[in-house]
Amino acid sequence: MEYEAVIGLEVHVQLRTNTKMFCGCVNKYGGLPNTHVCPICLGMPGVMPTPNHDAVVKTILTGLMLECNIATRCKFDRKNYFYPDMPKNYQISQYDEPLCQGGAVTLNLLAYPKDAQKLETTVVDKKIGLTRIHLEEDVAKSQHSEGQSGIDFNRAGTPLMEIVSEADMRTPEEAFAYLTALKQILIYGNVSDADMEKGQMRCDVNVSVRPRGQKEFGTKCEVKNLNSISAVRRSLKYEIERQIQDIEEGKKIVQCTLRWDDVAGKTNVMRLKEQAHDYRYFPEPDLLPLNTSLGLKTEAEALMPELPSAKKARLAKDFGISDYQASVLSSEVALADYFEKAAGPAKDKALVANFLLNDYLAIGSDLTAITLPANWFGELANELTEGKINSRQAKEVFGIMVNENLAPAEIIKARGFVQVSDTAQLEAWCDAAISNPSSAKSVADYKSGKVSALNALKGQVMKLSKGQANPQTVGDILEKKLKAL
Amino acid sequence: MMMKLIHSSITELRKQLVTKEITPLEVVDALVARIEAVDPQVKAYLHLDADAAREAAKNADISKPLGGVPIAIKDVLNVKGDPCTCASRILKGYIAPYDATAITKLRDAGAILLGRTNMDEFAMGSSTENSSWGSTRNPWSLEHIPGGSSGGSAAAVGAHTAFAALGSDTGGSIRQPAALCGCVGLKPTYGRVSRYGLVAFASSLDQIGPFTKTVSDAALLMNVLSGHDSLDNTSSRETVPDYTARLDCGVKGMRLGVPKEYFIEGIDPQVNAAVKAAIEKYKELGAEIVEISLPHTEHAVAVYYIIATAEASANLARFDGVRYGHRTAKEFPASILVNGEKEKVNQVLEMYRHTRAEGFGPEVKRRIILGTYVLSSGYADAYYKHAQKVQELIRQDFTKAFQKVDAILTPTSPTAAFKAGERTASPLQMYLADIFTIAVNLAGVCGISLPCGFTEPTADVPKLPIGLQIIGPNWGEETILRVARAYEQSTTWHTELPPL
Amino acid sequence: MSSQGIDVKYVADLARLQLSDEEIATFQKQLTDILGYVAQLQQVDVSSVEAITASAPTSNNLRSDDLKPSISAEAALANSPSQSDNLFIVPRMVE
Ligand SMILES: [Mg+2]
Ligand SMILES: [Zn+2]
Repeated sequence: MEYEAVIGLEVHVQLRTNTKMFCGCVNKYGGLPNTHVCPICLGMPGVMPTPNHDAVVKTILTGLMLECNIATRCKFDRKNYFYPDMPKNYQISQYDEPLCQGGAVTLNLLAYPKDAQKLETTVVDKKIGLTRIHLEEDVAKSQHSEGQSGIDFNRAGTPLMEIVSEADMRTPEEAFAYLTALKQILIYGNVSDADMEKGQMRCDVNVSVRPRGQKEFGTKCEVKNLNSISAVRRSLKYEIERQIQDIEEGKKIVQCTLRWDDVAGKTNVMRLKEQAHDYRYFPEPDLLPLNTSLGLKTEAEALMPELPSAKKARLAKDFGISDYQASVLSSEVALADYFEKAAGPAKDKALVANFLLNDYLAIGSDLTAITLPANWFGELANELTEGKINSRQAKEVFGIMVNENLAPAEIIKARGFVQVSDTAQLEAWCDAAISNPSSAKSVADYKSGKVSALNALKGQVMKLSKGQANPQTVGDILEKKLKAL
Repeated sequence: MMMKLIHSSITELRKQLVTKEITPLEVVDALVARIEAVDPQVKAYLHLDADAAREAAKNADISKPLGGVPIAIKDVLNVKGDPCTCASRILKGYIAPYDATAITKLRDAGAILLGRTNMDEFAMGSSTENSSWGSTRNPWSLEHIPGGSSGGSAAAVGAHTAFAALGSDTGGSIRQPAALCGCVGLKPTYGRVSRYGLVAFASSLDQIGPFTKTVSDAALLMNVLSGHDSLDNTSSRETVPDYTARLDCGVKGMRLGVPKEYFIEGIDPQVNAAVKAAIEKYKELGAEIVEISLPHTEHAVAVYYIIATAEASANLARFDGVRYGHRTAKEFPASILVNGEKEKVNQVLEMYRHTRAEGFGPEVKRRIILGTYVLSSGYADAYYKHAQKVQELIRQDFTKAFQKVDAILTPTSPTAAFKAGERTASPLQMYLADIFTIAVNLAGVCGISLPCGFTEPTADVPKLPIGLQIIGPNWGEETILRVARAYEQSTTWHTELPPL
Repeated sequence: MSSQGIDVKYVADLARLQLSDEEIATFQKQLTDILGYVAQLQQVDVSSVEAITASAPTSNNLRSDDLKPSISAEAALANSPSQSDNLFIVPRMVE
């Protein structure tokens, strides 16, 4: 029998703000334990929460970027459960009136894992529906040692968005693409750095399998402890295979929460459904409801960035680059910005895209970490376009520019890169090449119609000129001279 | 002279301080002497730092509105550097790391913070018998309770061992003990006084308010305590009037409502008679008495014990032995043998369960369990959500009533103070002590209790104070203070002294 | 409201309260009484309230995203029953 997986994701994203969600402590990763804390985020007796304006606006902005409906009225609720990393033993969250509902994440081609981009089964631009986005507070961090645990409340109270998807994904690759595309958007909006390794983006997975064609969902399991996008893909691949195998062996799938062990490459049961929490949600009496139509939504709209798809279309159109180049460049907002700066002064913008995407990548450099001044790329392109150097010289200059961190003009000057376009000199070199006895075969070949024989002669001229001859002009002169023979 | 000083109102005290007839240090010394003489019987105070108060007195700035005036604080408010136990074992040893906003405001107004007063544990109770540190007694009869939960504050002001005190009122915890101890107690409109730093019982109902000897003093304190606080999201931006400005304008032409549902059977005949007499007095003073109806009041206690306990169950979850307060001394093995098989023990869970079992008293446990139950899966709709809807009906009752009247007159408590131990066996009977005050919190409006008479003394029971409750609409503090003041000026109940 | 009544032991577990058998029996009786009293609410017609949907507030009360001073680790830990290396210490946690 053929099976199909049904996957939904619950993603927690730390918002990038100056302060925590409900107090003025700094929202910053790390720091000495319990130094970014105050009575409020420690849950001392008598303290009260004060909601962070920017966190609310950034959540609305996320909703706008993901085409959600922004609720006019929303409120906060208390989610009750006891755990030492939770200062008040309830989390201020949103239950039945979240900030955002609906919306979707579009899975663009480049969001998929590289090896899946070329597969026929990959559905490009598939829309994964969103159920909701709500705003809540993060918990503390705990460190475990022999017989005891230590709690550091620095992270407690960090603004946290919970983004819940519909069960619209069918493959581990789609889950991978969903997270990649989501991360891209979050960074575009300057909403979060969304670094999974730093815990700024955390993902819980719900997955079930069913015979292909069946309408009803199978029994779902939840997988936790996923620390990278590729771990999500790996765990899903494992879990789908496990569930299929169990079904084929006649075993019943038991609803449970699993923990992904990335080293062992397998999931382990954390708790069964009977041990599920009773969260006893009720409206947070310490906070007034919010009305987003009183300026908050307008503020978020003003922060709307150009989104990846729009940026891609504009780059392709305005810069005359290929669709593929445009999608790679717009995959990261920092890269697109860099490209725009680099291509700005260039007469041939596509040339800059080539330098960045072909040459820069060819030497194995990370495109997102370029520290070179962007205008150097444009200047280099112009040297080439204006015929001051030839393309082979350009490649050489490029190498020096990247490795030695020098401006193109400086390199060209220092190394004496010039292109000889003086016709008299070029004609002399061409004559010498043609009359050289070793060229007799190439001359004969050319005369008999073998056009490619010209390249050998061209090579000789370049050698004579020590690489400085303008290859274009040399070709023209040789052709003219050979035809006249 | 010292005796007279002790019995002064704040208004009188301030006159003498401003004219330099007395110094703040003399005031503190006189008060400490009175406390030392009387408090061993009344037991209103849990904690008293006389030296710190003397130090503060030396630096007091008389030019400020409460300059040089000592004020006692219910043990539910955080005062930086002081213990704040909420009369609970679970907060034993806790030292507050910050000041509640109400405390900051008192400090800024020049008040001298003197002593922490006893209360029912976490403000849960109506008699101050639920204190982990022993009960407080009524200054008018030491066999009787002072009411609760702010019984310590009420008894201290009633016994003249405090010029004024702060309390908190969730279902009557200021007004009921004020009535039973013969002093003035005001529960402000929800949002009028910042709750920041008040250890929460039921956040949607709690308000901080003053206990004073006179209505004018209550107005003085409300001037200091009221106003928006950026640290309390639920505190209002409604402008704060000068509550002393229109105090003496009288009640002529005012319409005062008397709810027919509040003069029910079960109300003590002497209380009934005293309140009826007060109503007559208002007629004499030129007010128009209008019969009104608050039909959903009969459900107030039931609604209250769902809403308040639900919120309390979450508010008290933070007392878990992790960051502060009591932690069980018991240790739990990492694993135990069950039927010969090794089973892991969730040691944190065991630590929680035993810490909380040791730290909380029975009434608090009872309410946590009730509150947890009414929110739990499968019951939340029937209990919590339904109760919220009935609460809305109660609120609407008051809205309608205040379209017809300026203020409402009721008894504060159905009976005068009862004997210690009399009601501890039946929690439900105890809950009914707040029947006239609870609806006010559920509706969010304001109320004040002031003395309106005494019971007839008998062979075994001396005379006990009776309280009149005046309820006002949202932000109606100015009105109820004025109505209360008109009555106070034409009666002498507030001038009587307890037999101490 | 449920006729099956309150299961005190289960609810006390949710609330992390260790109760003795006697306490369970006492609370069971007292809470059953209280819930019996509270059952009067069933008779109240709330249909008029049901119809009202919660309205959006007329103002928002939000804090601007400006830093305020934190307290020192020493102050944070001053009340802690158990601490080590600036951390609050609890018995080994289990998920
Ligand atoms: Mg969450
Ligand atoms: Zn903080």
